[in-house]
Amino acid sequence: MFDQKKIKKEFPIFSRKINGKPLVYLDNASTTQKPECVLDALTNYYSSHNANIHRGIHQLSEESTVAYEAARKRVARFIHARKSDEIIFTKNCTDAINLVAKGFASQIIGKGDEIIISAFEHHSNLVPWQELTKAKKAGLKVVPLAKDLTFDMNAYKRMLSTRTKMVCMTAQSNVLGTVLPIKKIVQEAHKVGAYVLVDGAQSVGHGKTNVQSLGCDFFAFSAHKMLGPTGVGVLYGRYDLLEKMVPVIFGGDMVTIVEQHSAQYQRPPYRFEAGTPNIADVIAFVAALDYLEKIGLDAIHAHEQKLTTYARTRFSEYSGVNIVAPPLEYSGGIVSFIVPSVHPHDVATVFNQEGVAIRSGLHCAEPLVRSLGVDALCRMSFYLYTTQEDIDRAVRALQKTRQIFCRAKT
Amino acid sequence: MDLYSEIILDHYRNPHHARLLQKPSVRVKEHNPLCGDTIELDLLIQNDHIENAGFKGTGCAISQASASMLMDMLIGKKVGSVKKLFSKQVIAMLGVPLSPARAKCALLPLVAAKHAILKLNLQ
Repeated sequence: MFDQKKIKKEFPIFSRKINGKPLVYLDNASTTQKPECVLDALTNYYSSHNANIHRGIHQLSEESTVAYEAARKRVARFIHARKSDEIIFTKNCTDAINLVAKGFASQIIGKGDEIIISAFEHHSNLVPWQELTKAKKAGLKVVPLAKDLTFDMNAYKRMLSTRTKMVCMTAQSNVLGTVLPIKKIVQEAHKVGAYVLVDGAQSVGHGKTNVQSLGCDFFAFSAHKMLGPTGVGVLYGRYDLLEKMVPVIFGGDMVTIVEQHSAQYQRPPYRFEAGTPNIADVIAFVAALDYLEKIGLDAIHAHEQKLTTYARTRFSEYSGVNIVAPPLEYSGGIVSFIVPSVHPHDVATVFNQEGVAIRSGLHCAEPLVRSLGVDALCRMSFYLYTTQEDIDRAVRALQKTRQIFCRAKT
Repeated sequence: MDLYSEIILDHYRNPHHARLLQKPSVRVKEHNPLCGDTIELDLLIQNDHIENAGFKGTGCAISQASASMLMDMLIGKKVGSVKKLFSKQVIAMLGVPLSPARAKCALLPLVAAKHAILKLNLQ
């Protein structure tokens, strides 16, 4: 195991106080904090190497190009892709999913075909498929939640048919923490010849990822949810499929020969990265990946499991506090809850007064939250720097919330 | 000063005019996509005056208290006065410090009231 208190010291933001109290940050499913090494990598790039990539002959441009392409290799190694050419840098996970929808799925989907998603999806893996199926007069099928808030494998199997062209699933729910059986989902989809896109935004920084053993065709995620900078997303795609995918953004850097009225495009992944990319943040992302692997993804996963168990135990000591979650063995490091007759925004406000940052609301997954029969939820999400004391602070904030509101509601 | 003052909690506990009207002159529905809160607001207009008002909705203590206080404020007022009612006055009426995110909660009822008057003028 690793020492979270020592780790916390490596994240400058934890020296901040919120409302006079040391920051407890439990909104990691939204975005994570950044360690000093990532901030240093950014400063170092801008202070010593800054230049545009893939074009200049001068030394700085060459250094930047080498570092940018090394980042592509590093990401490929992190998720166990076959080769770095299967890695496309985008601006975020949403951008990566949209690229697959517009560049790949739009080529293979016609009238009467179907796309299957799950009821767990974040808006980013829902709205692009709504748009595409509407435009193509295709069907959008949604695998419902099982009663215990896990993935309903039987319902999914019944939905699959030769009409299914794409299956687009999150690896872990950002609201409930439910982990989906991706490997099995992929196997079933491939039996009917459908392609699978995995939204890995919530899973990839929290445990080992191997896209080859998952067998998925596409895998999308964001750097900022795994200690990296904002503004960097990744799309992994099987290379033979990337060759079939068409670019949706056009301009410089993605071309080979340009004439006045036509142009030829580079091979993947370069044809999908038009214009100057987010060079500095891509390069700094490497520092985040190194940091995560130094700690160990298995150790991070085990740590989050321990915290989830502890948080569920502590919160369920308070009568009426409703934890909305699947059985523990299906859950990642997320605990969503409701305090009876207190709106989640009011809960989050009192938590903030106590220096504890949690998320409240619809969590960019409105259909899922509505299907649970509530207007909004409170959510705590953990990461490698979260300590047991952080959860104790959250418990004290919960007590404070009850003091303020349960007195008011007599 | 505490956000959850006794006055706010009192309005939250026992909101005034928290029901829809039988025969409103105008009814509108507003939605805050940030938190999922919804408010329905009814106005009954007679002789260019707001004769009665009511609301129905779910929301946080701030939005519910704001709706409750706004109903009290609007009843008896001239229709034209709603146009001259601004967010600053509503926040002053609540009398507690609000962050920009929570100000959105507080202002949803005002947005609904302004929308209602616009709709009324189009009828």
